[in-house]
Amino acid sequence: MPAVGVLALQGGVAEHISILMKLGCFVKEIRTPDDLKSISALILPGGESTTIISLMNRWELTRPLKEMGEAGFPIFGTCAGAVILSKEIDEKEHEVSQNSLGLADVRAVRNYFGRQTSSFVENINVAGLAELFKGVFIRAPLLLPLSDEVSVLSRVKDGPVLLRQGNLWLSSFHPELTPDSSIHRLFLESHGILKGSG
Amino acid sequence: MKNSRKEGTWEAKKGLAQMLKGGVIMDVVTPEHALIAQEAGAVAVMALERVPADIRSQGGVARMSDPDMIRSIQEQVNIPVMAKCRIGHFVEAQILEAMQIDYIDESEVLTPADEKNHVNKHDFSVPFVCGATNLGEALRRIGEGAAMIRTKGEAGTGNVVEAVRHARALMGAIRKLKVTPIEELMTIAKEMGAPYDLVRYVHENGHLPVVNFAAGGLATPADAALMMQLGMDGVFVGSGIFKSGNPEKRARAIVEAVSRFDSPEVLAEISRNLGEAMVGINISTLADEERMARRGW
Repeated sequence: MPAVGVLALQGGVAEHISILMKLGCFVKEIRTPDDLKSISALILPGGESTTIISLMNRWELTRPLKEMGEAGFPIFGTCAGAVILSKEIDEKEHEVSQNSLGLADVRAVRNYFGRQTSSFVENINVAGLAELFKGVFIRAPLLLPLSDEVSVLSRVKDGPVLLRQGNLWLSSFHPELTPDSSIHRLFLESHGILKGSG
Repeated sequence: MKNSRKEGTWEAKKGLAQMLKGGVIMDVVTPEHALIAQEAGAVAVMALERVPADIRSQGGVARMSDPDMIRSIQEQVNIPVMAKCRIGHFVEAQILEAMQIDYIDESEVLTPADEKNHVNKHDFSVPFVCGATNLGEALRRIGEGAAMIRTKGEAGTGNVVEAVRHARALMGAIRKLKVTPIEELMTIAKEMGAPYDLVRYVHENGHLPVVNFAAGGLATPADAALMMQLGMDGVFVGSGIFKSGNPEKRARAIVEAVSRFDSPEVLAEISRNLGEAMVGINISTLADEERMARRGW
């Protein structure tokens, strides 16, 4: 089975790796364009989007990642990772001009819920999961679809928090911060990387 | 009920530190510095009135920064903003929480307000980071509610030796605890003055229950990579950046060094031509009362 890649420049890398390993996946940490060979899917973890974007540019990962995303390669971005996938990036209080992969028809509004004291945990309904999922939202973005091609898989009262557009998945919360692997499983199963456990 | 939203939970407090891993947190004293830090790729900034090197040279009582100064930095950058309160000064902490600071550093760099007690950090919805020189101290701070630990090092010296000492003490004790028979854990908890359940956690998991950064005396990309190779999750750089010849370039180089800490070829490339590093101080020339790492217990 080809490995699942996790972009390992900064952020919650180890948490994703531990969930993927629990699901029985081989995992590869991605730091250079060479690392992108022979992976079957990619996770862009949470972290600081400004930092990750700047390091992606520095280590020449931006262009290959964009090309892979455009070619239909499965990519799941969580929190900062979702911001990086989005076509438009806004911020609640500040003017920002960030360049990103710009792959998904999504407007990400960074820090939508406020500063760290407003970070929260909420049990959310997710399309495709029978049970509620414990969503950990940390200085989280709101993810607003910009086209009909984007489906909303979960929302809170403020708006959408889990989106899918074909090969691209975006979550505003951190599925890697709870022991529950069901959202990772959903992503990998829908792209045939994991077989349904039945 | 089932969907109820809970703010300031332990997961949320500890989680922000997890998102800072592999990153550099930089001391800044002006909004301009803060912007340079953000553009260089800092994961957060520490807003303070004087960097440790200046606190050291100017002397006097070092306190929480002016809220206006902190506010001006919050307005300038969109990355998390941290600020320091004095050890045990829970009212400074309350003020910083009211200002919606993203993380509070209960710091030995400021003059301690309480010689015996630290802040009860469980009382707050804002997370805290605290310094530690060894495992017992780290677990005491976590017992009080710290959601992130950093080595104390010796701030404002540009000398990494104390940070190395603390990182080695901490990581060595963790490795030892992992293989210690369970019946010895209570005695170890007693000897290190740490809560038993946290000693037990480290024994079972082989790591602290929270993220652990390096701090105190880091001045170069090589210093930062050294601390990462010693097993730290990320680094704080205080005086090392804005007391150097070319802060912009040095800040960027340290960010890059932390993200590629195990590639010597990359480190060689980014360490080139950074201008002058801050002037360092040999720890042995400091009088006991000048050693910030001895503050707190």
